[in-house]
Amino acid sequence: MSKIGVFICHCGENISATVDVVRVAEAAGKLEGVEFSTDYKYMCSDPGQTLIKQMIKEKGLTGVIVAACSPRMHEPTFRKACSSAGLNPYMCEMSNLREHCSWVHDKSEATTQKAIDLVRTLVGKVKYNKPLYSIKVPVTKTALVIGGGIAGIQSSLDIANAGHQVVLVEKDPSIGGHMSQLSETFPTLDCSQCILTPRMVEVAQHPNIKLLTYAELEKLEGFIGNFKATIRKKAKSIDEDLCTGCGTCITKCPTKKIPSEFNTGLGKRTAIYVPFPQAVPNKPVIDKENCLYYKNGKCKICEKVCPTGAIRFDQEDELVELEVGAVVVATGFDVMEPSKFSEYGYGKYKDVITGLQFERLASASGPTLGEIRRPSDGKIPEKIVFVACAGSRDPSKGKPYCSKICCMYTAKHAMLYQHKVHHGESTIFYMDIRSAGKNYEEFVRRAIVEDDVKYIRGRVSKVYEENGKLIVKGVDTLLNAKPVEIQADMVVLATAAVANSGAEELAQKMHISYDAYNFFSEAHPKLKPVETNTAGIFLAGACQAPKDIPETVSQASGAAAKVAILFSQDELSREPVVAVVNRSAPPLYSTCVGCFMCATACPYQAIGEELITNRKGEVIKRVAKVNPGLCQGCGTCVAFCRSKSIDIDGYSNEQMYSEVMALLND
Amino acid sequence: MKIGFYPGCSLTGSSREYNESLLAVAKVAGIELCEISDWNCCGSTAAHNLNRELSVSLPARNLALAELEEMDELVVPCAACYNRLVMTQHELAEKPEIKALIEGKLKMTLRNDIRILNVLQFLEKHIVPRLDELVKSPLTYDVACYYGCLLVRPNQVMKDERFEDPMTMDLIMQKLGANAIDWPFKTECCGAGFSVSKTEIVGELSGKIVRSAVDRGAKAIVVACPMCHFNLDMRRPVIESYLQRKIDIPVIYITQAIALAMGLSAQQAGTQRHFVPVNLTVNR
Amino acid sequence: MNEFEPKIVAFVCNWCTYAGADLTGTSRIKYAQNVKIIRFPCTGRIDFMLLLKSFGEGADGIIVSGCHPNDCHYTSGNFHARRRWIMFRGLLDMLGIDVRRIQYSWVSAAEGAKWADVVNTTVTAIRELGPYTDYAKVAGYLEKEANV
Repeated sequence: MSKIGVFICHCGENISATVDVVRVAEAAGKLEGVEFSTDYKYMCSDPGQTLIKQMIKEKGLTGVIVAACSPRMHEPTFRKACSSAGLNPYMCEMSNLREHCSWVHDKSEATTQKAIDLVRTLVGKVKYNKPLYSIKVPVTKTALVIGGGIAGIQSSLDIANAGHQVVLVEKDPSIGGHMSQLSETFPTLDCSQCILTPRMVEVAQHPNIKLLTYAELEKLEGFIGNFKATIRKKAKSIDEDLCTGCGTCITKCPTKKIPSEFNTGLGKRTAIYVPFPQAVPNKPVIDKENCLYYKNGKCKICEKVCPTGAIRFDQEDELVELEVGAVVVATGFDVMEPSKFSEYGYGKYKDVITGLQFERLASASGPTLGEIRRPSDGKIPEKIVFVACAGSRDPSKGKPYCSKICCMYTAKHAMLYQHKVHHGESTIFYMDIRSAGKNYEEFVRRAIVEDDVKYIRGRVSKVYEENGKLIVKGVDTLLNAKPVEIQADMVVLATAAVANSGAEELAQKMHISYDAYNFFSEAHPKLKPVETNTAGIFLAGACQAPKDIPETVSQASGAAAKVAILFSQDELSREPVVAVVNRSAPPLYSTCVGCFMCATACPYQAIGEELITNRKGEVIKRVAKVNPGLCQGCGTCVAFCRSKSIDIDGYSNEQMYSEVMALLND
Repeated sequence: MKIGFYPGCSLTGSSREYNESLLAVAKVAGIELCEISDWNCCGSTAAHNLNRELSVSLPARNLALAELEEMDELVVPCAACYNRLVMTQHELAEKPEIKALIEGKLKMTLRNDIRILNVLQFLEKHIVPRLDELVKSPLTYDVACYYGCLLVRPNQVMKDERFEDPMTMDLIMQKLGANAIDWPFKTECCGAGFSVSKTEIVGELSGKIVRSAVDRGAKAIVVACPMCHFNLDMRRPVIESYLQRKIDIPVIYITQAIALAMGLSAQQAGTQRHFVPVNLTVNR
Repeated sequence: MNEFEPKIVAFVCNWCTYAGADLTGTSRIKYAQNVKIIRFPCTGRIDFMLLLKSFGEGADGIIVSGCHPNDCHYTSGNFHARRRWIMFRGLLDMLGIDVRRIQYSWVSAAEGAKWADVVNTTVTAIRELGPYTDYAKVAGYLEKEANV
């Protein structure tokens, strides 16, 4: 038989002004299972809590109901108080008399009656509350960071500097990501590589960071604190321990005309290559698709010239298994496939390029060594047209969102061009200029005022070639509102930032959610921007949404902090609101019939199977089993179960049924 | 499968040659086009600017008649008629209340599931797969394919991936042996209805189109819309006065091009009906 | 008080509607006293048999409310609930139970005013429908039969 104590709070006058608290306490005292009831001015105050603790000991209470404010406000307070008095904290619940009653109704008999109903309802539930114990799970203090762009680099360094182990996995032969391709960065115009490469070296040299390049996530299993990751290390065809990175093989490789990914196709590379001179690690890989030996079995020049004998043509992909406690996903973004813009002539005219290609033209390490020269004939363009929002904010191209970075980098491009070609003329077609950010608006103003960049508010309808010029047809929608035609030497498209092509597949491997555009979803748009809905997996950078470098770095550090918090504990303590499959005495063992409807309903893959065996080890029954480390306590499985064999602690079938019955039977 | 045919007013009047060449091509390919009996006006450009209900009712009646005659597909060669019929089908599908209202007015019910094909879709589906056997005298000149505005717009309804730079006609012309030039005026405005009220606008807009085609070496402009043809062909004097130069590039319908490639006579293709003489024997 | 005061049970999720109803309180928006909330972790947890039980025990109306689609704290619980509701509604209708007595809605944690509105509309609607005794009678009869 329950011995429940009911404590009615006045909340100063917040409750007592409209609810007759004395009568509520009286009525509660008469309920079956209630041992004691009283009212008090402030239950959450020190004397109020002392009163509860005292009564638990004095009356031997088996349950406590505090009828006060919302449990979202003070449930932890009162549960802690009960716990310190020796009562299991999960035997304490709160009836919401303030937010759900006194504040929303006028003073009346009906209001007091509702308060009585609410208390009675909860008594019905608490009668069936069971002591619960928070769940402990161990933590593996190694983090897996996927993606070696600036986001992954920042996260890795922060986690490693906090004293934890990091495995950084990058799919390309070098870390650095898109940031290593950029020329200068807005709004300060400092050189991207100058600020990035020291970080890349730091990653390579950090004792706590293990770097796996040319590698991808193959599989991720497990749960927070206890993930098991399988990484595919693609064959580089070289022995990394022997290779000194001297580069002789690269100079001798006969296949020299492969479009360089790093230079966005504007430069060429060899079949055995490092993507760029400052690459980390600075050791080559063989591109099997283009290598003569892999294509037709002849060549092997690299093997002949290698002074250390590091070439390994027979090397195969290797699968590495890792135990990790947390994952930071920092896989970045891509630029929209510009072939979608046949009206702008991308692919047809060599001098129509993307913003990322312009970065390479403007970069001192690029194919033109930083001189702005057009790809077709190497001439310096006298007139450049920049088209902002190429794909972005355009539902007909499937990307209704704003790519966020283009306004700023387009202003930067025009500015860089004006700085390098003084007599040049640059025009930007834009929809709106979005320059929210510290010193961003000032930067755009500088482009307009000091560098004389011409901004035209309107869209470009088409680009075509006539007499060696690119004719850009657009419209100026301001004041004179008329069609504009510009004869340009080069056109730069600020193509939309899109999710990586493998993003959807990767998300499904990790069971994290993603949006309609394949960007990964954060757990809460405002309050949990770096968490995913899967505990222990965090997001950093543009894989979540297009963002610029400062924002990416902030988020990466945020994700690292979340990992460090997780790793600050040896064991994780979780609310014990989890589902449980019942077990009973033989010969039934469990009412579960093994239909696994629950497993299909579970959003967390928390339900697996358990084989019940007899003493001889023979399988007698196959039933569902909940992994309490993965279960988040939504209870969807409970409502799904046909035989009522799965139940959820804290909101059990018995508790909820009794609560509803108590509500309706006054 | 029964393929229906909605000619619309132009094909019985100013663009008879479009009608003749289409039917001639279909006949060679052994395809029967069944004209909807008692068809009415599609509403044209006027109705949807003045009376929305009427602009849906008129095409809806044609669709209902086609359903009564158990047509599975409906070929609509005129780009404007095609646009009106497709827009109506879309509206009826999206707005059940309008569908109910129109059905009440017409005293007819609509399944609204007929496949409406413009001339390019019809050719692509029924003629192109058989061109290899049907082409007897391949075309040997450069052409500029001009799509105009109505075949691919509005994009929300037509859902054409390449609505800014369509390619279907270019590919058909290549199959006929011609070389479709790369030019930037495929979907520019020809001046459309200003042909009647302000011909000088047509002179300028169509003039730019024609000039670009000629300057890029095209020997003919290929079209699939009576209005486009009207402006580029019949309004040639206005165009010439705008451009201040004599231009003799002929404008032919895609169906005429196919008919000629099939070896049909100029008479059968209807090329003698044009204002600008069609003289396309010059080889590349 | 001559007017009929319906008894209405609200089955709500912890993360959106319960929090939304808290916001109604902190915003001091007034609404009718007839509705009492039962808190569930998620609408996906709600066993719809409890709805029938409630009618059997004398509820005149029921509100089920959770997070908007795509907002579910547990990713997909509200979708399961919605699917279940669509099935269940058809079933109730076939059984002759008046589905107008169940109000299915979405109230987010930011929609305090909407919660007050949902409560008031439901109370008005149920008041017009009058007391719901049909199902309780059948349930009572069945129980008696079972006890014999």
